[in-house]
Amino acid sequence: MATPDALLVIVRHAPHSSNWLREGLDAALVAAAFGQPVHLLFMGQGIMALLKEQGSGAPGQKATLPTIDMLEMYDIDKLWVTEGALQGMHLSADSLVGGVTMIAEQEVPGILQQHSKILNF
Amino acid sequence: MQYGLLVMGAPYSSPAPHSALRFAHAVLARGHQITGVFFYHDGVHNASSLMAPPQDELNLSEAWAELSQQHGVQLDVCIAAALRRGLMSESEAQRHGKQAFNVAPPFELTGLGQLLELQQRTDRLITFA
Repeated sequence: MATPDALLVIVRHAPHSSNWLREGLDAALVAAAFGQPVHLLFMGQGIMALLKEQGSGAPGQKATLPTIDMLEMYDIDKLWVTEGALQGMHLSADSLVGGVTMIAEQEVPGILQQHSKILNF
Repeated sequence: MQYGLLVMGAPYSSPAPHSALRFAHAVLARGHQITGVFFYHDGVHNASSLMAPPQDELNLSEAWAELSQQHGVQLDVCIAAALRRGLMSESEAQRHGKQAFNVAPPFELTGLGQLLELQQRTDRLITFA
C-alpha cells in the first residue's frame, strides 16, 4: 500500500482556527516538490479541511481549499480519512472533495507502521 | 543514534520547546547525537534574540544557542513561517525594509527542504508541539 520512503503527513486541525493546516500542507507540498512520495491522513477535526464548497473563513484569512485542490498536481493522491472522524461530526462522505479514501479506525495503526517518516500537524 | 528535533511550540506559551531542550540534553548525556533542530509553526519564536524573560526564568533562545555552540547542533528556522510572524535576520530585514532584526547565528533561516533533509539524515525525528 505504501512505498517504503513515503512521507506521511497527518492533519488533525481544522482550517482557520490556527495555522496548523496551512503549514502542514506546505510541508507536504515541499516534500512532493522534492520528489518524495507523500500520503495524507486526516483525523479528527482535520477532515474539515476536505469539506467541498467551503469559503475562505473570516475576513483576511486565506482559503485552504485551493491548496487541497492542488495536491493532485503534486502527485499527492492518497488522502485517507477515518470513518470515525466523519461520523463524529455527522458528515457524509459526499460532503468531502473527490479522491478521498475512507478507512476504518482500526487501519490507522497499520498505516503508521508502514511509514518510517511521519509529520504530525 | 542520530536524532533530529522538530519544534513547533512557542516559548513561554507552550511547554514544547522546554521539553525539546531537556530531551536534547538527555539524549546527548546518553552518548547519542543531535544532528539538528528545525523550528516550524509557532516554534520559530524560539529564534528571537529579542526575547527578554525575567532573570529568574530560562532564556530559551540563549539556551538553544548554547546547545548549538557546545554540541555543534544546527538550528534551522523555517523562513516562511518566520517572516509571517515577524522573525527575520539582518539581510531579510533589509530586503523587506524593516528597521530591526531578531534572528542571528547560530539560528539560520532556511527552507522546509531542510526539515525533510533532517528527517532523511537522522535515525529518529522527534516532534515537540
